[in-house]
Amino acid sequence: MLDKTLAELAQGLATGEFSSVELTQNYLDRISAEDGTLNSFITVTPEQALAQAEAADQRRAAGNVDVFTGLPIAHKDIFCTQGVRTSCGSKMLDNFISPYNATVVEHFNQAGAVSLGKTNMDEFAMGSSNESSFYGPARNPWNTDCVPGGSSGGSAAAIAGGLTPAATGSDTGGSIRQPAALCGITGLKPTYGRVSRYGMIAYASSLDQGGPMARTAEDTAMMLNVMAGFDPKDSTSLDQPVPDYTLKLNDSLKGLKIGLPKEFFSGEIDPQITAQVQNAIREFEALGATVKEVSLPNTHLAIPAYYIIAPAEASSNLSRFDGVRYGYRCEDPVDLEDMYKRSRGEGFGEEVKRRIMVGTYALSEGFYDAYYKKALQIRRLIQQDYVNALSEVDVIMGPTTPHPAFKLGEKNSDPISMYMEDIFTISLNLAGMPGISVPCGFANGLPVGLQLIGNYFAEERLLNAAHQFQQATDWHKQTPGQ
Amino acid sequence: MEWEAVIGLEIHAQLATKSKIFSGASTAFGAEPNTQACAVDLALPGTLPVFNGEALRMAVLFGLAIDAEIGYTSVFDRKNYFYPDLPKGYQTSQLFHPIVGTGYVDITLDDGTIKRVGVTRAHLEEDAGKSLHEEFPNMTGIDLNRAGTPLLEIVSEPDMRSAEEAVAYVKKIHAIVTNLGICDGNMAEGSFRCDCNVSVRYKGEEEFGNRTESKNINSFRFIEKAIKGEIIRQIDILEDGGHITQETRLYDANKDETRPMRSKEEANDYRYFPCPDLLPIVIDDDYVNQVRATLPELPDARKARFIEQYKLSEYDAMVLSAYRDLSHYFETVANTADDAKLAANWVMGELSKLLNQNDTDIKDSPVSAEQLGGLLLRIKDNTITGKIAKQVFEAMWAGEGSADEVIESKGLKQVTDSGAIESMVDDVIAANQPQVDQYVNAEPDKRGKMIGFFMGKVMQASQGKANPGQVQGLLKQKLDALANG
Repeated sequence: MLDKTLAELAQGLATGEFSSVELTQNYLDRISAEDGTLNSFITVTPEQALAQAEAADQRRAAGNVDVFTGLPIAHKDIFCTQGVRTSCGSKMLDNFISPYNATVVEHFNQAGAVSLGKTNMDEFAMGSSNESSFYGPARNPWNTDCVPGGSSGGSAAAIAGGLTPAATGSDTGGSIRQPAALCGITGLKPTYGRVSRYGMIAYASSLDQGGPMARTAEDTAMMLNVMAGFDPKDSTSLDQPVPDYTLKLNDSLKGLKIGLPKEFFSGEIDPQITAQVQNAIREFEALGATVKEVSLPNTHLAIPAYYIIAPAEASSNLSRFDGVRYGYRCEDPVDLEDMYKRSRGEGFGEEVKRRIMVGTYALSEGFYDAYYKKALQIRRLIQQDYVNALSEVDVIMGPTTPHPAFKLGEKNSDPISMYMEDIFTISLNLAGMPGISVPCGFANGLPVGLQLIGNYFAEERLLNAAHQFQQATDWHKQTPGQ
Repeated sequence: MEWEAVIGLEIHAQLATKSKIFSGASTAFGAEPNTQACAVDLALPGTLPVFNGEALRMAVLFGLAIDAEIGYTSVFDRKNYFYPDLPKGYQTSQLFHPIVGTGYVDITLDDGTIKRVGVTRAHLEEDAGKSLHEEFPNMTGIDLNRAGTPLLEIVSEPDMRSAEEAVAYVKKIHAIVTNLGICDGNMAEGSFRCDCNVSVRYKGEEEFGNRTESKNINSFRFIEKAIKGEIIRQIDILEDGGHITQETRLYDANKDETRPMRSKEEANDYRYFPCPDLLPIVIDDDYVNQVRATLPELPDARKARFIEQYKLSEYDAMVLSAYRDLSHYFETVANTADDAKLAANWVMGELSKLLNQNDTDIKDSPVSAEQLGGLLLRIKDNTITGKIAKQVFEAMWAGEGSADEVIESKGLKQVTDSGAIESMVDDVIAANQPQVDQYVNAEPDKRGKMIGFFMGKVMQASQGKANPGQVQGLLKQKLDALANG
């Protein structure tokens, strides 16, 4: 039961093979047994999960069924959940019980989903390894000495480890796709504005996008059906019709034009990864796709631009964590300034403080034009690169990450080498387009991710391509040995 | 050498929207602390702003009223600083692309000349909450009810040269925003407040002196006093060979002086950047024209119309045109009574007196404009005298009914029965022989003045109800008959 996909579990619930309560209890037991090692959850909510499962079973008995009725999922701890601690992986919010639900959470609740709990993450989504979490790192189920990736590392690890069939994630520079790749699961970052950001704690507002993580492309399509849509509470969400993302999954890939950016196959990249990705491309050719080389000439500028824009926005977004209204407040402040300094100094971790300082500097008087404004110009160039490339091809493909999962602690002392792990994912956030990572093989026994990139609102096409690949391969069916 | 002051003002007008600029919470004044602060106003993690289109409409309306450039694309920026009553750690404002660009207003100076004052810009932003220092010993309370109330910050050019000019400008802006219905103008509640930038220089110099900014002054009188005091303070310093420090000062109304606010160790760097949670506001000509079509008559136009239509004096027209509610009241009285001059006298006289005495807004006047008009009709048709009318008006104010009801119940109807008046006149002449003798013996051209004495006696005898014209006619007739033998 625990290795099944959402689609299969939905089938089992529909045929009465098992109830939602049984299913939920199975996952809760599995979490109890395994999460001591994986540390993929910050908060498990068994009582709420079983109550939701009970309600779902009753709803089913009454014939009032949605696709998601009774299906368990988990939420990244960046999404506000009413009555449940929402920590964002930070000491700052360790005591924060959200009084409201994020729009995404609300959508899943209304669809009848069961929430098992809140998954581990890099603090305030700042990190690529899950090591910046106040609650300690989640571990990669394929090798528990390795990181699961980040920032949605808890979600990826929980899915790969069979602790939940699916989970929500958020992606600011690769935080869905990179951990999906490192843990051998499927993760989709939708078009910016496709999924409401309301209630998803902001890291970098112009880059943050919530999205689904699961075993298969089909499952992420089912989830996106629930998550996507205009939200009047989010001014940056887009008022575009939401298709049924499962409808075109089985369309043929005959004539699909694939572009391979030469910049994604050169430089600092593990040759085993290149090899696996090339094998995957051949699989697409076998399915009827054609391949050509394209160029994203400003790729090398993506990381520098991102590490201006994201910290700049973060430095402002995180100002609300001041110890005044909620969250961590230092002991016995002597005055206001002392309260600010110590509450923030003690409440935030090292990486968060680093990015706040970088962002504060970049926005300072006299530096704004040289850094922030320049970064916005680069952002437009990168966006134009993608627009140009996608005018020639339907889908861009390449590796999701330059390396497979690395060891815990390996890149901790060198932030730049950690930042470089996002080289293939980060530019897409700057461009605002959707991308999906699917498993496409192994390197040294660790999963390798293939990234598919499409134009604005091309989620349907990406899911179709990813699903067809998964119909032809079984990389996504591999599970870590117990 | 003669000194000259240079004054520029920043006015914060709270816009009279029902809900806040970026959330659905109410903007009503005076609620229990923190009862009108929703998740967005509290800056809970994950919350996002949604712009209130009503604030946009109001800002554009203001821009059109001062003949300003309208920003067809305006952008919200974040002004970053930490303060406990600023929940997000930044204020959402408009620095680079404000909704209203350069415009102007005309003010009338004491000598009657018109001076044009430039408006540099007006931009939308959110108000902060309030810090409450008094009620909590050794602590500070935070009330976020005001947080997120929409503000229009109206920035003037440094065009004013005296405190009087500054006050005339503030009054003009106040009259415009209240006439437009975009601000309630309540200065005591902080709905309309002013930062005064003041510097001095020798007359004829081009360069500005170092300026100080006195913040959040909330009455016309305090603005005048603060600026006057600041000008004198700066001149004194300079004449003693000193130097003006560019700083922010606080006006203390109790001591009638400004003093430096707690000095910041270093200049604030607000790290402005465009707010990524809000899209640029893009409007087009259709939108602007729709707003323009709703532009009400403004004080300057109304004053001209009052002079033209009602033949009011310049002064009366200026007073009565300044505020929409007052103008409307006046016009209703004038039309009901069909007598603009009488209406102007009563609205500016008796009505204003009682409104001031009772600290009542004209909207809440217990005597409606129609009722006052009805009263004036009774003066005009000689039912009552002007003097009795004041008595009737006070009774109406006290809620004793309409003019006719009060006149009836109190028996104040004017006596016009010539027989009754004649007998009172005869009685007065008979009872005041010495004064009659004086009259008779006086030069004919002095007699006119002496009639007042007899008028007073007759009116007294009639308890004010006798028709003064009839009384005067009869007195003159009878006394002259005696004098002419």
